[in-house]
Amino acid sequence: MTDALANKASDPRAILTATADHSEGMSYLQTLPRRLVTLYLPLSIILLILLFPFYWMALTSIKPDDQLLDMDRVNPFWTTAPTLKHFYNLLFQTSYPLWLWNTMFVAIGATILSIIASVLAAYAIVRLRYRGAAWVGGAIFLAYLVPPSILFIPLSTVVFQYGLFDSPFALILTYPTILIPFSTWLLMGYFKTIPFELEECALIDGASRWQILMRIVLPLAIPGLISAFIFCFTLCWNEFIYALTFLSTTAHKTVPVAIVNEFVDGDIYRWGSLMAGALAGSLPLVVLYAFFVEHYVSAMTGAVKE
Amino acid sequence: MADIALKSSGRTVPREATAWDRLKTNNNWLSIWFMLPAAAFLILFLAYPLGLGVWLSFTDAKIGRGGEFVGIENYEWLWDDSIFWLAVFNTLLYTIVASAIKFAVGLYLALLLNENLPFKAILRAVVLIPFIVPTVLSAIAFWWIYDSQFSIVSWTLRHLGLISSNIDFLGDVWNARWSVIFANIWRGVPFVAITLLAGLQTVSPSLYEAATIDGATAWQRFRYITYPLLTPIIAVVMTFSVLFTFTDFQLIWVLTRGGPVNATQLMATLSYQRAIIAGQLGEGAAISTAMIPFLLAAILISWFGLQRRKWQQGESND
Repeated sequence: MTDALANKASDPRAILTATADHSEGMSYLQTLPRRLVTLYLPLSIILLILLFPFYWMALTSIKPDDQLLDMDRVNPFWTTAPTLKHFYNLLFQTSYPLWLWNTMFVAIGATILSIIASVLAAYAIVRLRYRGAAWVGGAIFLAYLVPPSILFIPLSTVVFQYGLFDSPFALILTYPTILIPFSTWLLMGYFKTIPFELEECALIDGASRWQILMRIVLPLAIPGLISAFIFCFTLCWNEFIYALTFLSTTAHKTVPVAIVNEFVDGDIYRWGSLMAGALAGSLPLVVLYAFFVEHYVSAMTGAVKE
Repeated sequence: MADIALKSSGRTVPREATAWDRLKTNNNWLSIWFMLPAAAFLILFLAYPLGLGVWLSFTDAKIGRGGEFVGIENYEWLWDDSIFWLAVFNTLLYTIVASAIKFAVGLYLALLLNENLPFKAILRAVVLIPFIVPTVLSAIAFWWIYDSQFSIVSWTLRHLGLISSNIDFLGDVWNARWSVIFANIWRGVPFVAITLLAGLQTVSPSLYEAATIDGATAWQRFRYITYPLLTPIIAVVMTFSVLFTFTDFQLIWVLTRGGPVNATQLMATLSYQRAIIAGQLGEGAAISTAMIPFLLAAILISWFGLQRRKWQQGESND
């Protein structure tokens, strides 16, 4: 051990690099070949596996039908004659644009309702600190842990009783049960970081709680609001079991449900348009994500850390 | 006494606060209004259905017909139902195997991403994509990858000379189980990796430097620095991971619908088949209700097993 240290100490190059660049931490202790094997190789394998399904999805959606099923004549990993036929069929021969619109409408509606409810609830729990606020905070966290797959059966009877069955409002009103616990918890974290001295000043100046919330707290919590909004929107877009249970008319369906129920028939040539549908349904989310990566990650980790 | 009375009457007396004024500034009264929207949603569409589900499981309700109380008949029926027990077995297998691998691979990936890498930010963003894309849509891609005739995996392995005939991914009992577990891991790893990475970044590098100078090996640095400091976040991440794996529905529904011969039937898919497709709401509700004890056990284990040590969060030990 002492030998190793002595060796390192006697090697002026190691010391030089160590002092030259602090940002690389201790990684200068590893040689490049070693890093290749222990770091770059496993990382590339994992990335390859994580991304391959998307490559395959995209490739399938632009392959002509004959190449899709003939894997002996043509190399299946590439296509020489890309076509937009599947996307064309999707847009003009199915109700795909309508399903996309339904999904968007439901997602935006449910997200806005949830954010409004969550802002009010989170502010009350963190700053009004009414009697039992801590308990309510805990209860909201527990609500986050109630999974949709144990709720959909009783909810379907409730939705039926309220006369919401097969209407987009069935989803707009039930999705907040998934979104409110999450976004309340996230916003509580953001509100806590806003110094309460600001609010005290405002109170002394005669502002009402409502004015404080609208004029002081919300503008400061905009990053949190964006995070909550994006994450809620993604969750809505992703939701499946409620949409599958509460909707029955083809024209009312959301993209995930419509793809599973309407595209899956016996046709052997369906794969192209199926993949085109899956790709077109994922793209809006991926684009949104690309613009707000940081907010998205902070939403995901923020809710976990609290 | 008279002096004081005189003095005070000389000043402008502040207006007596009315009951309405006091109410307006009363936090408890204000809070009711602030909590109202969230509470309305959660009570009407979460708490009430949760209770209703338990009640339905004690009735013989069918779709379109309210049920009557039948005691524990549904549960007795399930107790003798071999498909139900198969679903319980499948769910436990699915949850335990998938969660364990998700944790191992996710932690490994987080450690890799925490290294000093070129294009760090882009790499992290790319890793999370499987989690962003709706499960149903990526499951459809997997469905195509697992196709019995045109699977790209079979094709590659055949051309490498590793297998002689196509693998029947979703048609064979155990193949189907491993296939859905793989797809679940694929989707879950990014979530575990990115959240654990966030935890890793809070660990001070000077701890590692100090340990290295003291002669700690890479494993010792992981075991005695990384792991203890990461335990609280591991507890939360794994609670969520286990919970969502246990109640998974979408992936199975797209890939196999519970087949072949119920080999991948999970409790969630079975309850959907019984309640919505067959119309036996009572029985389906009983299956859902039977999931609750498992969920509670999972939450309690990860919570009390992993989050007890408060010093890890900078508080005093209890």
